[in-house]
Amino acid sequence: MNPRLLPYLLIAPVTLFLCLFFLYPFVLVAQQAFSNGSGFTLDNFRDVTSHWKFPISLRNTFLLALAVVPIQLALSLLMATMVNRMKRGRDLILYIWTIPLGISDLAAGIIWLAIFEQSGFLNSMMGGLGLIDSPTTFLSYSTPVMVFVAIMLAEIWRATAIMLVILVAGIGLIPKEYYEAGEVFGATPWQRFLKITLPMLRPSLQTALVLRVIMAFEVFAVVSALGGTLFPVLMGETYEYQFRLLNSGAAAAIALVILAISIAFTLIILRVLRVPKGATI
Amino acid sequence: MAVIEIKNVAKRFGDYQALHDINLTIEDQEFMVLLGASGCGKSTLLRIICGLETATEGEVWIGGKRVDHLPPKDRGISMVFQNYAVFPHLTVFENIGFGLRMQKLPDNEVKRRVERTAGLMHIDQLLKRYSGELSGGQRQRVAVARALAMEPDVILMDEPLSNLDALLRMEMRAELKGVLAESNTTAIYVTHDQVEAMSMADRISVMHKGEIVQAASPIEVYRNPAAEFVAGFIGNPPMNFLPAKAAGDGKWEVAGNTFDGPASGAPLKFAIRPEDMHPSDSGIKAIAKVVEPLGAHLLVTCEVDGQLFRAVLESDLTVKAGDALMLAPHRDRVRWFDPQTTLAVA
Repeated sequence: MNPRLLPYLLIAPVTLFLCLFFLYPFVLVAQQAFSNGSGFTLDNFRDVTSHWKFPISLRNTFLLALAVVPIQLALSLLMATMVNRMKRGRDLILYIWTIPLGISDLAAGIIWLAIFEQSGFLNSMMGGLGLIDSPTTFLSYSTPVMVFVAIMLAEIWRATAIMLVILVAGIGLIPKEYYEAGEVFGATPWQRFLKITLPMLRPSLQTALVLRVIMAFEVFAVVSALGGTLFPVLMGETYEYQFRLLNSGAAAAIALVILAISIAFTLIILRVLRVPKGATI
Repeated sequence: MAVIEIKNVAKRFGDYQALHDINLTIEDQEFMVLLGASGCGKSTLLRIICGLETATEGEVWIGGKRVDHLPPKDRGISMVFQNYAVFPHLTVFENIGFGLRMQKLPDNEVKRRVERTAGLMHIDQLLKRYSGELSGGQRQRVAVARALAMEPDVILMDEPLSNLDALLRMEMRAELKGVLAESNTTAIYVTHDQVEAMSMADRISVMHKGEIVQAASPIEVYRNPAAEFVAGFIGNPPMNFLPAKAAGDGKWEVAGNTFDGPASGAPLKFAIRPEDMHPSDSGIKAIAKVVEPLGAHLLVTCEVDGQLFRAVLESDLTVKAGDALMLAPHRDRVRWFDPQTTLAVA
């Protein structure tokens, strides 16, 4: 076997897989988005962006990402630091914290719906404690803030662990001697976190944030379960066009808009958290 | 002014006793080396002085102030770590200035001190680089400069040269000694390398199994080891030992020779350094087993009464394996040890 061919041979199966199931469908979607049956056109994009629901769903998607991702970042950093300091039971806590990762996003939405709906846990608990006389409607068109908060909570519950797992691995890679040096040279625990942990965690932060931000722009099932049509988001619109309006050209166009946003944010994250040449461990 | 006093310090990790009742005073501006094999407790002692580890018992005083309850930054110390711990995400300048920034010193003062210590360590041309772009030796210089920039009373070093190659280590050894002497700081230096200890120290504390076996000047430790362990640990090759039989009146019989020794009834061990013997017509009869010409001298590994016995002889001597040698020890260099206590007997 020619050793120069071996690497290519080894990555061939996965390359083939990706081409067949990702690249090819992607080309098809792109084709759909840019054609109207006869030739190249931007009509699909004009149609979807001029629809009255587009700016709302765009704003909602961004708003949700903006509200959820920073909280998740802070939470996962806090949780990762805590887990890293644990001497015992560390694995157990990690397993418990990552349980939501094993649940599909629709199931997660339904769990939180079971909490917030009119006959849900929250209402029966508050009724049982005598705080309220009759069940409150949390999730309706008259309580948009509450709908938003419920979606936020469900998203935080569901997807913080993905960042946590990456950050725990990343923090574990930082040699202890750096913290000892920080301590000897007078850095407080908070300063050590800011001046040592955060900068040395940049590669992991990049990965965690890119993954999470892309997920945030693709948010759908949780929103659909909790908000229904009260809180339109971009991915929901894609679904709407494809399956209710049977307009796959428009669905493909929105999908590409989401892709463009994701790529833009990925590039921004990679740029902001880049590690200068020579500054790696 | 910083005298360091360690009083009755003990450290236990669970059931493991890492340090037993350590007492040691290090004078102002003294260069003290803690020397011992790995696991002897020398690093633990250093970390207790530094404040990265808490003693189970005992007190640490620096400059007349009890510090064992203080965090490292309030002890007037700084430290050079074994793996340098030069922050990869900061430039050399910011690394050296790290402690000064934590003290919130004004920019111009930080700049002045960083440039001065960088000059001292000959790394002033590297200030804008990151540690990933530096060699091991350069990183070591950054670590030392960072410690010096704090202008500490005490500088602690944990095997700072052990990751460097042999030639660089020798170069850095001399340089470090010079820089530290000029900085007027008290220094504690941990190493397992006896050559480093001998060449740099004002005083060496030889540690073994969590205890300080001997604390004395390098030449004293070498000439008059306080215990068998020190005699065997210091010197390369180590001291030779032979059993001695009492022949009455402070006379001792060793491998068919009679030596003057201490007046003691119990059996003793006779000890002599390999270089403290010369071939002669009479003396200890040794059969050469291996002859190693080392250029400057000849290392001859022999057998005396079935025991391993080494001699360092003049390089122009012609000895080959199997030859019988008569080795005459320099009488004033002979030392005696009690095999029961393993301590030196005068």
